[in-house]
Amino acid sequence: MPKPEDLKLDHVANLARISLTNEEKERFTAQLGDVLNYIAQLNEVNVDGVEPTAHAFPVVNVWAPDIPEPALSVEDALRNAPEKRDNMFVVPKVVE
Amino acid sequence: MAEELFNESVSELSRLMAQGSLSSVDLMRAVIARTKAVDPRIRAFNSFDEADALAQARASDERRAEAKASGSGGPPRPLEGIPIGMKDVISVAGQPLTASSQILAGFISPYDATATRKLKEAGAICWGRLNLDEFAMGSSTENSAFGTTSNPWDLERVPGGSSGGSAAAVAAGEAIASLGSDTGGSIRQPAALCSVVGMKPSYGRVSRYGLIAFASSLDQIGPFARSVEDAATVLGVISGHDPRDSTSLKIDVPDYNRGIADFVKAGRRWKLGVPKEYFGDGLDPEVGAAVQAAIDEYRRMGCEIREVSLPHTKYAVGAYYIIATAECSSNLARFDGVRYGHRSAAATDAVDLYFKSRAEGFGPEVKRRIILGTYVLSSGYYDAYYLRAQKVRTLIRRDFLEAYKEVDAIVTPTSPTPAFKKGEKAANPLAMYLNDIYTIGVNLAGLPGISLPCGFTKSGLPIGLQVIGQPFRETELLAVARGYEERTHWRERRPKL
Repeated sequence: MPKPEDLKLDHVANLARISLTNEEKERFTAQLGDVLNYIAQLNEVNVDGVEPTAHAFPVVNVWAPDIPEPALSVEDALRNAPEKRDNMFVVPKVVE
Repeated sequence: MAEELFNESVSELSRLMAQGSLSSVDLMRAVIARTKAVDPRIRAFNSFDEADALAQARASDERRAEAKASGSGGPPRPLEGIPIGMKDVISVAGQPLTASSQILAGFISPYDATATRKLKEAGAICWGRLNLDEFAMGSSTENSAFGTTSNPWDLERVPGGSSGGSAAAVAAGEAIASLGSDTGGSIRQPAALCSVVGMKPSYGRVSRYGLIAFASSLDQIGPFARSVEDAATVLGVISGHDPRDSTSLKIDVPDYNRGIADFVKAGRRWKLGVPKEYFGDGLDPEVGAAVQAAIDEYRRMGCEIREVSLPHTKYAVGAYYIIATAECSSNLARFDGVRYGHRSAAATDAVDLYFKSRAEGFGPEVKRRIILGTYVLSSGYYDAYYLRAQKVRTLIRRDFLEAYKEVDAIVTPTSPTPAFKKGEKAANPLAMYLNDIYTIGVNLAGLPGISLPCGFTKSGLPIGLQVIGQPFRETELLAVARGYEERTHWRERRPKL
């Protein structure tokens, strides 16, 4: 298992799209270090040949008939938008 | 002396309304008055909509009057006219939905969760928005962006979490019952700390549609109530397959209360397992003694008590914090400041909008968990952390299924300690996580679990007994819990407020 110091906070925060302050970086490094040290005990477990569990009761291939049903109106879908115009979400310019 | 209305059970209030001596509007008024009197101290609610609740109550009274006038009576709906508090992660159309996070401040639900719809169809009044740890991440309700809920038994202490508002509201008479959600103990632990009944159903029993997702393979909605019977009534209403949640299972929903009565009538003597791993270091002596006394009570009832072993128990918290954070990092990616929720005013471009909106909107615990979850899923670490945790999950689940070859249900403490003081664990996430050591395995294994009052410490803090059942055998689980409840009187105590 990797070591707690392998956690590179800048890299992971970038993947998670969250900007962190220096104070947060310092605090999280210490706190997550404790958690990762604790988690390291999972290394003691022999998991050879054990299947992973993603869901306690896996259900696969849940089919539904392809029938159109009423969905949210445009007005309802946009009701919580931070910024909207002409029935669309407004975002900062993406392409120059 | 009868209870005050706001402290009555669902069953008694239903009886009073059916015989015409109480209206839903009068009940709702009593609950609103109580809430206004005590919530400034408890702070169980993020918000409540008095006019909307009274309108729902009036509609309920009209339904009842109409049914009576037309003679088309039949049995009334199971929760007709009963105010049910709603954890602020469960959508109620037209009402706020914040998850106690700044990132959702001002959000209004465009639709009902399936559990909400079922409550409304059963005649219930969906009442208020109950406080929680932000995005249900925490065990004390201290991670709420809008303030901490107080434990009604000691205002200096936490009510537990994450569904602390749901537990405190029922304990303090601010709701007759309530809904919470449980990912690692978030219903059972606050129920134990506030001396109410709280139940997490089997994974797949209740639809998660309209519940803000934290860890989708672990989350379940469940009830808080003042008795096992009331919890069973609410659970019966919200259970069932839902085409909108493909993980909800297509299996029959039994009449839980009828099933409980049948078991009681038959004098069923349960075989109960006591896992030795749940009684080791870290268990508060007063909690241990109260749970032991409850086990002795079961023995006196003629139940067979067997020691069982769940050998992978000590790995449950570690596996959980990998799996739950991995799932949360994925689920919370949707909060990007584009379609809903907080949008940073300082963003310089589209990508910067994500970074700044999320940095400003999420609180520290949510950020920590997103970071941890992102890390354990990232390239080079996936196999060592996430995949290994999923394999340990298999072993934890197997432990339970192995034990159930010998016993009908498992009894344990719900929480290793009674309610702790506010601030005591706030700076130490690991200490907070270890608080869930007895409840987390149940979520990893997808099992149903219930917490019910089993005593008080010398200083008057509630203690909870956890009973863990077999997959989809909620009736048996409830019957085991009811058997103990019937012979004890812990649930009749109320906090002095």
